[in-house]
Amino acid sequence: MSEIELLHINKTFETKEGHVQALNDVSLSIETGDIYGIIGMSGAGKSTLVRCMNYLEIPSEGVVKLQGEELSGLSDRELRKKREKVGMIFQHFNLLMQKNVIDNICFPLLIQGVSKKDAEKRAVKLLEKVGMPDKAKAFPSQLSGGQKQRVAIARALASEPKILLCDEATSALDPQTTSSILELLKNINRELGITIVVITHQMSVVRQICNKVAIMKEGQIVEAGSTLDIFNHPKSEVARELLRTDVDAQAEKQVIQEVNDITGGSKLRIIYSENSAFEPVIANMILKFNEPVNILKAATKNVAGVAKGEMILEFQRTSDKKDEMKAYLKERNIEIEELDGREEV
Amino acid sequence: MWTPEVIAMIGKGIVETIYMTLVSTALGYVLGLPMGVLLCITDKDGLKPNKVIYKIFDIIANVVRSIPFLILLILLIPFTRFLLGQSYGSTATIVPLVAAATPFIARMVESSLKEVDAGVVEAAKSMGAGTFTIITKVLLVEGKTSLITGVTIAIGTILGYSAMAGAVGGGGLGDIAVRYGYYRYQTDIMFTTVILLILLVQIFQTIGMFIANRTDKRR
Repeated sequence: MSEIELLHINKTFETKEGHVQALNDVSLSIETGDIYGIIGMSGAGKSTLVRCMNYLEIPSEGVVKLQGEELSGLSDRELRKKREKVGMIFQHFNLLMQKNVIDNICFPLLIQGVSKKDAEKRAVKLLEKVGMPDKAKAFPSQLSGGQKQRVAIARALASEPKILLCDEATSALDPQTTSSILELLKNINRELGITIVVITHQMSVVRQICNKVAIMKEGQIVEAGSTLDIFNHPKSEVARELLRTDVDAQAEKQVIQEVNDITGGSKLRIIYSENSAFEPVIANMILKFNEPVNILKAATKNVAGVAKGEMILEFQRTSDKKDEMKAYLKERNIEIEELDGREEV
Repeated sequence: MWTPEVIAMIGKGIVETIYMTLVSTALGYVLGLPMGVLLCITDKDGLKPNKVIYKIFDIIANVVRSIPFLILLILLIPFTRFLLGQSYGSTATIVPLVAAATPFIARMVESSLKEVDAGVVEAAKSMGAGTFTIITKVLLVEGKTSLITGVTIAIGTILGYSAMAGAVGGGGLGDIAVRYGYYRYQTDIMFTTVILLILLVQIFQTIGMFIANRTDKRR
């Protein structure tokens, strides 16, 4: 059963300038245990979409189902009860600034009528879980951004949710802190089996933790599927654009540029995933065709926990077996891509 | 001129002024705080937008606030007499003071609560908090510093109004200043009362700001 199911969601906002369609016929199904990324440029509607999942925004049209239950059929009270099982964290943390860390974590429990003593017991455990046992009495203003987000995560976990919604949770953090927060989210997903929805504009975030991803543009989902597939063969222009802005891709582009400067032969980019990494494909190819190829660059990337290898090969300038070699690689399920001298990757 | 009678009179004036100010502020908040909360949550970006309720309280607040206090004082004489049986003296002055303070306080409460970060309110909603919980556990808590500053301002303003009530026999330091300074040309007594009023405002202001800063955990 889907943990979260969205069917034909439309959302329009009435503004002074007329109405704005934030979401346009969005359908999405998120399975239990997924870490599902929703990525898009700002204004693509992803924040509105995630708010539809807990009815902070009520869709103008369409159906939202959590664990098979339709939200539109719930009374106010039932909806609030349901929200207790859907944690949410935000870009700007949204902690109570006048309350200390422990009171912040207790807050959702007190709303639910848990006694102060039990709430505090639970909060202390959660604070350990997010790695900040010594900060119980600190106030949010005394914490760094990363620490604030850890407190926010502990707070979101207090009511033992089944789902955790993350709205640009790492966008206000530096890359290192981002990685540590993502690592924490991954652990939470693994250990507690919580389904996580990650809203972001950074492809690197998706690459690091999401197993599935949907790409949004102008209120619509243009592409959705496993992270690996989308990273390997982005179909839409938006996906390619987002991949280009990935920090790692940036660094890679630079390397290729340098490579281009020193050589000039015909180049091929090949991408292989775990199953083909066991066979010495390149070595075998060279033996079979009896012609050397130059390995200009080789790297492996961790995409959602799956090792993905990437190489840039250069054929001999005089090679006449180029096409046969390409066919050979394709047979072995290796993705290939021609690179001409100046093309950006 | 500093006879024991004058000193006793000024002492009584101080007590009356403090009594009128504090009781009026307290009653002003009893009425103004809920009104301010209502204004905040029924406004179009509030928790429970309601054009009709917002407009009604909005107009009440504007009308009462645009009547000069001295006029309000006179307008309310029949009402005060109906309520307390007399329309002069410091207890009677509390009635028009509360009437003038309530919309003023409501506006300050409204603006304090609107300053509270909308993100925190959204976070509370996402946890399943209802409107009442959000008001008592988020808005009033996060707006605390601004609310306390508001109380300080309200006390200063009401103290000023209470002195004005002296013109119609309202009791307190203002009453003394008007009777001795204005009607009898005893400027020394008038100056003394003015200085005492300034001191009182200073003291309340200092205490208020101290508490506001002391309880603010944002820094």
